[in-house]
Amino acid sequence: MLELRSVTAGYDRRAPVVREVSLTVSAGEAVGLQGPSGCGKSTLARVAALLHRPDSGEVVIDGEPARGWRHRAPRAQRTAFGVVFQQPRLSADPRLRLTDLIAEPLRATGQTADGVRELAETVGLGADLLARRPHEVSDGQLQRACLARALALRPRWLVCDEMTAMLDASTTAALVGVVETYRRESGAGLLAVGHDRVLLERWCDRTVGWAELTSV
Amino acid sequence: MRDRAYLRAVTDVSFDLAAGECLALVGESGCGKSVLASALLGLLPGNASVAGSALLGGDMLDLPAADERVLAREVRGRRVGLVPQSPAAHLTPVRTVRSQLAEIVRELTGASGEGVATAAERAAFPVDHLDRYPHELSGGLAQRAATALALVGDAPLLLADEPTTGLDRDLVERTVDELRRHTGDHRALLLITHDLAAAERIADRVAVMYAGRVVEIADAGTFFGAPGPRHPYARGLLNALPEREFTPIPGMPPELGALPEGCAFAARCGRVSEACGVLPEFVAGVACHHVGHMDEAEVARA
Repeated sequence: MLELRSVTAGYDRRAPVVREVSLTVSAGEAVGLQGPSGCGKSTLARVAALLHRPDSGEVVIDGEPARGWRHRAPRAQRTAFGVVFQQPRLSADPRLRLTDLIAEPLRATGQTADGVRELAETVGLGADLLARRPHEVSDGQLQRACLARALALRPRWLVCDEMTAMLDASTTAALVGVVETYRRESGAGLLAVGHDRVLLERWCDRTVGWAELTSV
Repeated sequence: MRDRAYLRAVTDVSFDLAAGECLALVGESGCGKSVLASALLGLLPGNASVAGSALLGGDMLDLPAADERVLAREVRGRRVGLVPQSPAAHLTPVRTVRSQLAEIVRELTGASGEGVATAAERAAFPVDHLDRYPHELSGGLAQRAATALALVGDAPLLLADEPTTGLDRDLVERTVDELRRHTGDHRALLLITHDLAAAERIADRVAVMYAGRVVEIADAGTFFGAPGPRHPYARGLLNALPEREFTPIPGMPPELGALPEGCAFAARCGRVSEACGVLPEFVAGVACHHVGHMDEAEVARA
């Protein structure tokens, strides 16, 4: 279970963007978090993925409170999460070939990068694209690589922050399909953050509106 | 541009756009939509070349042939407004929204100061955020700031290149409604988008682009309603929507550097046959070998 307990977070302690928010995702559950742009949902997603230290409140991962944030998070907790962001261009190192981009989490944890080709296949990236750098592929192709990277360590939790906002309908359906196939195999839980209620309701087991979350 | 090869990002695209009309150009990322917009504004990189013509307004100004001086002084912002794809890259990072908006208002209308709040409100940009820098804005607010900049000049042609990326549904609707309202009776709007719901909301006609070519142009009502799109790619795109079947089109678009000789969609198409080895002609609003020969039942199954 992934629990956010009265999380307050932001970029200025005097004016937090997230106030006293609690949210629980059960093991294997897919929860959609829907809200307008600028409401703070991405900040909450970053807190949930241990990428942003909240001003107050707790994140509890499978019964264990988070003990650090970003690179200070213990490896076992940090690698329990796979994260996909909205803008693939901003989340890909432009110097890396796609194959190295996908292999990064494996190398960073001292594993061999043997599985890259297979990972690429699961997200629909052909071998010919793996030798390219980000500027040589489309947004849709780069986001596929970013999803493969998020799945590389077989995380127990996936956090998808507007994963498909930049993408066309067909690529959106394809990437959601990849996430759901992975979740069926692995039993991973999902927090999908977005603004598109129709998409989240089709995708997730339940969808929570930002307003309901903050009014409690 | 590997190996200095010449790639055609956009090929043989023809359409017209009348005052008071909104044409939505839809298609997957990388299909050439934005290159087309850049070509119209003379914003392509120096190594790009354009053939063909794009005639604007009563004096039939040919945009690809116009020199930089004309484009800079008469066209950009004045006769053609651009709502850009990536506001984060479009806004100047070291200046506040107010300062950027004030400059445009001053340059294009001669007004100083007082026009800024009105200009911000037209794009639903909150006036109390005017003194913020671009990095202090959410994606949605940055997009609205960029939209506000584009609306200032009241240009007769508005090019909106993915104006709603990253906005929530309410804001998408407000933004496209504002663009549509701006069109009025005297202006034209070319809405480039992958958001089919936004296109459905405001477009009079829809043009579907695939691998650099327009494969279908249809009336928006028949495209989104009955009988629906005619080109198999367009049907697949609509069926991928979460409110419809939510099934992706198999495979990925071809590389622009390695287009097949025949129909570029053939490799992903369920109706592929020998005829697809030849490039289909664009006839009566669609470029597909099968469409003219399909009866209604076949169309429904495709």
